Amino acid sequence: MSENTAGPAPGTPAIELRGVSKTFGDGERAVHAVDDVSLTIRAGEIFGVIGYSGAGKSTLVRLVNALETVTAGSVVVEGTDLTGLPERRLRGVRARIGMIFQQFNLLTSRTVAGNVAYPLKVARWSKEERTARVAELLDFVGLADKAKAYPRQLSGGQKQRVGIARALATSPTILLADEATSALDPETTRDVLALLRRVNAELGLTIVVITHEMDVVRSLCDRVAVMEHGKVVEVGDVYDVFSAPSADAAQRFVGTSMHDRPSPDALARLRERHPGRLVTVGVREGASSGTELFRLLREHEVDGSVVFGGISEVGQRPFGSITVELVAPDERIATFLAALREHADVVDLGTAARPVDDPRALRAASDPQGERPGPDDDGPGDLYGTARDDVIRDGNLRNFGGA
Amino acid sequence: MNRDWSTLWPLLWEAFGQTLQMVTIALLTGGIAGLALGLALYVTRPGNLLANKAVFGVLNVVVNIVRPIPFIIFVTLLGPVTLQVVGTTLGTEAFIFPLSVMTAFGTSRIVEQNLVGIDPGVVEAARAMGASSWRIITTVLVPEALAPLILGYTFLFIAVLDMSAIAGLIGGGGLGDFALRYGYQRYNWMVVLVTVAVIIVIVQVVQWLGNLLARKVLHR
Repeated sequence: MSENTAGPAPGTPAIELRGVSKTFGDGERAVHAVDDVSLTIRAGEIFGVIGYSGAGKSTLVRLVNALETVTAGSVVVEGTDLTGLPERRLRGVRARIGMIFQQFNLLTSRTVAGNVAYPLKVARWSKEERTARVAELLDFVGLADKAKAYPRQLSGGQKQRVGIARALATSPTILLADEATSALDPETTRDVLALLRRVNAELGLTIVVITHEMDVVRSLCDRVAVMEHGKVVEVGDVYDVFSAPSADAAQRFVGTSMHDRPSPDALARLRERHPGRLVTVGVREGASSGTELFRLLREHEVDGSVVFGGISEVGQRPFGSITVELVAPDERIATFLAALREHADVVDLGTAARPVDDPRALRAASDPQGERPGPDDDGPGDLYGTARDDVIRDGNLRNFGGA
Repeated sequence: MNRDWSTLWPLLWEAFGQTLQMVTIALLTGGIAGLALGLALYVTRPGNLLANKAVFGVLNVVVNIVRPIPFIIFVTLLGPVTLQVVGTTLGTEAFIFPLSVMTAFGTSRIVEQNLVGIDPGVVEAARAMGASSWRIITTVLVPEALAPLILGYTFLFIAVLDMSAIAGLIGGGGLGDFALRYGYQRYNWMVVLVTVAVIIVIVQVVQWLGNLLARKVLHR
């Protein structure tokens, strides 16, 4: 497929949001869909915006292509400040930004080729140019044989590929994907994500991905912003957000995608089967935790068996953790853990007799409102509840003889 | 009886022609004006493409005022305007004017209702591609709603045919007038039945055509 028109050099700002707010309605009924958001999205990156429904992420992305206009702040797209531009100019900006949708939004009255040709008609391409371009695009998305089909004859994945072809038609430099895989089954989702990755790698488009699925962020995005109640509560490299999420919402989203750490229920079952000391060891790219774990087990003569865990990829880099049961006298375990902590992120879960909870597993399991389980919840031990935070902080020192 | 029908057939044929003329012209002029009015109602509705509270409010109220007026009263109410526009208040031409006006108002609601069914996402997609409002109206709204619009116009044809039955009130002729004058008033029920049969055949043919067309353009 032909090269896109030159966008800004990779790494330079493609989209800048400066103190952007969007309020719907006024007075008592005003809804602050987007509330004072500042973000810079770099040219050539795949940027994720994740949040629960109603977090304001869909409104945010519509501010970028001026389907909505800001209430306050400014939106700068490739150097053009959209604030206050007349509708005519905004139409020009929109035509340079592709967009795909959760429900695909194909024109049911037109064929696949007709749908892909539509933006080219808007851009006043000649019929010959349109025909050639449509063929090229359908080839790119692998639907050359469906040119004459109508959308209703296609599967969800095919419809979204038509949507992508249509969004790419006028060679935009930016692609906005609004929950583009949320209506698709897991396998089709993988295909569409792979296609988006190709769009980014081969055509160099900057892609902004709106989603509520952390798996999409994990497998596709370079950087991510976590939104809650109209605000960006966390932003950073996907890997960093996964390995050290700080905002509550970020921790919950990571918990929905990574299942390597035992949930409280799973932990309770583990403790029934494995009465010894349980620790969760984080595995990171570059860190030597994997090899060090086994070397130190030998060195300190601690018996270790893997009882839970998972290591997969975040942003195509290894990430995860394993939970091991340690069997040895308390003092040996303590010195072993002290040595291991120099190489890896270790969470001590205690023993079946003296349990300690994993703070991250608990956050991930709690509900979207961030309410933690109260004292009445039937936890695995009597330390559950109000005293829990103290236990986590002091647990290793006080209960297990120092680290 | 036979002698009766030899004079009646030409009269029926003439009435048929008058009805066809009235309905066709009313549907063309009123149908197009109603399409415009219906589109205006739809796009100015709050939250839509060209949302405009004032314009929508005025159009909505006007349509709501005109539509419930019984047509037989509307024809006489509109008399002075008809006189200005057509030059007379009698005859087929004079009847076509109020018929077209009422058709326009009736069409507007049917058009609006059919447009409401369009997925707003499709309109948003077109906006995202940089399409102007006018382009969206002509290349998205109308084509996407074409099948229900065709069925709506089929329905309208029958409603207009119904309204045209009272053309005789101002000397407009037509099938309704024929049935009343030569059938009802002369106690010739056969004439009424034959006229009704003709009307039923017209309705059947138009409905069949409408269904056929709607199915042809429906790709969903």
